[in-house]
Amino acid sequence: MAREWRDVFVVDGAPAGVSGSDEPTGTEEKRMGPFRRLRENLRRTRQALRSEIQATLFEDLSEQTWERLEEALIYADVGARTTARVVAELEQEATAGKLTGGEALTSRLTELLADIARTGDDRIDVTARPTVILLAGVNGTGKTTTAGKLAWHLTTELGLSVVLGAGDTFRAAAVEQLELWAQRAGARLVKGPPGADPGSVAYEAIAVARREGTDVAIIDTAGRLHTQDELMAELEKVRRAITKQLPEAPHETLLTVDATTGQNGLQQARLFSEAVKVTGLVLTKLDGTAKGGIALAIAQELGIPVKLIGVGEQLEDLRPFDPAEFARALVAS
Amino acid sequence: MFDSLADKLQATLADVRGRGTLTEQDVTAAMREVRLALLEADVNFKVVKSFTEAVKTRALGADVIGQLNPGQQVVKIVADELTELMGGSGRELAFSPRPPTVVVMAGLQGSGKTTAAAKLARYLREQHGSSVALAACDVYRPAAVEQLVKVGAQAGADVYEQGTGEDPVKIAAWARDRATAEGKDVLIIDTSGRLHIDQELMAELANIKKVTSPHDILLVVDAMTGQDAVAVAEEFAEVVQFDGVVLTKLDGDARGGAALSVKAITGKPILFASTGEKLDQFERFHPDRMAQRILGMGDVMTLIEKAQDAYDEDQAAELERKLRKQQFGLDDFLEQLRQVRRLGPLQSLLGMIPGLGNELRGAKVDEREFDRVQAIILSMTPEERRHPELIKGSRRLRIARGSGTNVQAVKQLIKQFEQMRKVMRQVAQGRMPDLGALMRQSR
Repeated sequence: MAREWRDVFVVDGAPAGVSGSDEPTGTEEKRMGPFRRLRENLRRTRQALRSEIQATLFEDLSEQTWERLEEALIYADVGARTTARVVAELEQEATAGKLTGGEALTSRLTELLADIARTGDDRIDVTARPTVILLAGVNGTGKTTTAGKLAWHLTTELGLSVVLGAGDTFRAAAVEQLELWAQRAGARLVKGPPGADPGSVAYEAIAVARREGTDVAIIDTAGRLHTQDELMAELEKVRRAITKQLPEAPHETLLTVDATTGQNGLQQARLFSEAVKVTGLVLTKLDGTAKGGIALAIAQELGIPVKLIGVGEQLEDLRPFDPAEFARALVAS
Repeated sequence: MFDSLADKLQATLADVRGRGTLTEQDVTAAMREVRLALLEADVNFKVVKSFTEAVKTRALGADVIGQLNPGQQVVKIVADELTELMGGSGRELAFSPRPPTVVVMAGLQGSGKTTAAAKLARYLREQHGSSVALAACDVYRPAAVEQLVKVGAQAGADVYEQGTGEDPVKIAAWARDRATAEGKDVLIIDTSGRLHIDQELMAELANIKKVTSPHDILLVVDAMTGQDAVAVAEEFAEVVQFDGVVLTKLDGDARGGAALSVKAITGKPILFASTGEKLDQFERFHPDRMAQRILGMGDVMTLIEKAQDAYDEDQAAELERKLRKQQFGLDDFLEQLRQVRRLGPLQSLLGMIPGLGNELRGAKVDEREFDRVQAIILSMTPEERRHPELIKGSRRLRIARGSGTNVQAVKQLIKQFEQMRKVMRQVAQGRMPDLGALMRQSR
């Protein structure tokens, strides 16, 4: 059921999966690896929440049920506001007699959460030549790692050529980190001198992609807190430099959000979006015990969909986001 | 979301004033608001529950007297309790009588260990005059060793590294021997980020502890962490019994409830706060400020300290004299602006002011506006700066051209200045102007 890379990326005007019927036979086995890993990683999440829900929801729908449900969602970092909305909705449906018993409640809850997660266009269109993907986010959320892994998937799974733009010219050794990723992915790295203007690095990376007919240019940027006005202005400048080189770019602007982030994630998404028009989230570090519920609040309040998730350190641990699976992981199997 | 807790509580407790004491009903209602505020601040659910229970007991029967209204009274009780809980038996780093003192930094990926390690190195060098070495034991993240080499050099510390080919436990043991041999006061061991549920890597951390017998193990925690902070802290506490916490990324606008959760669950003190990208943005942790921050009360103490640093007392006295004599001109206005800007980005300053914060926190402040104002004032003659009323048609045009703005902007600035001068005169005469009205006007 989990979505595959070919379902998320639009190649040649249609989801790549449509033309994917003639996949080599080896794909099946390769696919099982990451899929199992994802399930494995989300299992703990499921168990944690399921115990809450099964212990309570299978009884009658009492005042206590709603309190426990509220508690479970708060624990998942869904946030008070979105939690209140979900609980109110379910409570209303129960009062109207649409929900009887815990099982019905559980499945309706899953549905509701998936609906909230499902917002906007959650695919990534890579048909433009070159397609420019800009990565932004707070320090330590996994931008450079995501850039590297994304490059690897695009080259390996979709057979696209990739240029990586080392736009993090601030953090010590960030360029070296991306350079190693570029080698692994077989992507070309474009970098500037240390302390170079990130806008000019982005500009140059896209120029290289255009000159050499590269399919995708991924632009990494330095981590910054959304409250640092000067750094946010710098990020806007990077975006403008990209647009200057290619008017319709960036085609995709992905914000990396750490799944352990609490309610501040909403403010991050809001301010980054104001600055560079975020088109999707990469929810990273979902392999821990954190449930990443803040992504629901972001989808609910700002209409920004999650497009990719990070479930581990390995290359294949960057995965397409599947709302239904995510919702199930939050509540039950 | 940004309504301050005090305001909400005041609404909840509106009728208490007359009665003079808080009843059980009042307190229960108040605690509902407190609970919500703490949850919004990412304090762990369990911690919120036990905390509000404790506060409830204390608030019951509290006298509502004196300067505080009932809402403020409850907030004060909550803030005091929070401060106490987070401060506890605060402790410094444990320095070994026989150097080197060994400090291990541990935490999740991306929490800021490497930066915090370098900052701590610099802090110890500056505050204690220690000679410090950093050991690069993060062999997993690409280029982590290079990063430590670079920031270590900036911090004035030696960096002990063996590339990424060696086992981190062996590097740690080797670094310890070398620090002893070279007579370093402190050795800070930077470890790779690891998930608390990754048994292999947690075992590795335990082994690093075993071979280096550190005096302090510091858990690095991102201030933006949500409910998961507890699971992380519990696991690290169990495996390596860390001694204290470094709270990072406090320069953002996260309320930082994770700090409270970690302290409440593990009992380990928070020792340091890391507040920016520069190596000197690192300080002792202040529980009182953190309590106010978690409650969304604005970081008044920080603002006051910042203002003290940036404020020149002689200039202030001179300004007061001018105000009284009504000689306050555009030159003085410009100086005021510069002083305010020295405090930091206005946006972050606004957030620190309680009360004002509510109304203005969402407001976008365009810092470039200041540059324009400055350009306009600097394009005036000294005479014009003292007497802006001189500025009419041709002078206005000249100033607009000289500053690269337009006549409209010049006009507007002078108008605003006149308004401000009026307000300042009121202040100087001891009347308090309506700040709210002023803010609305200027927006």
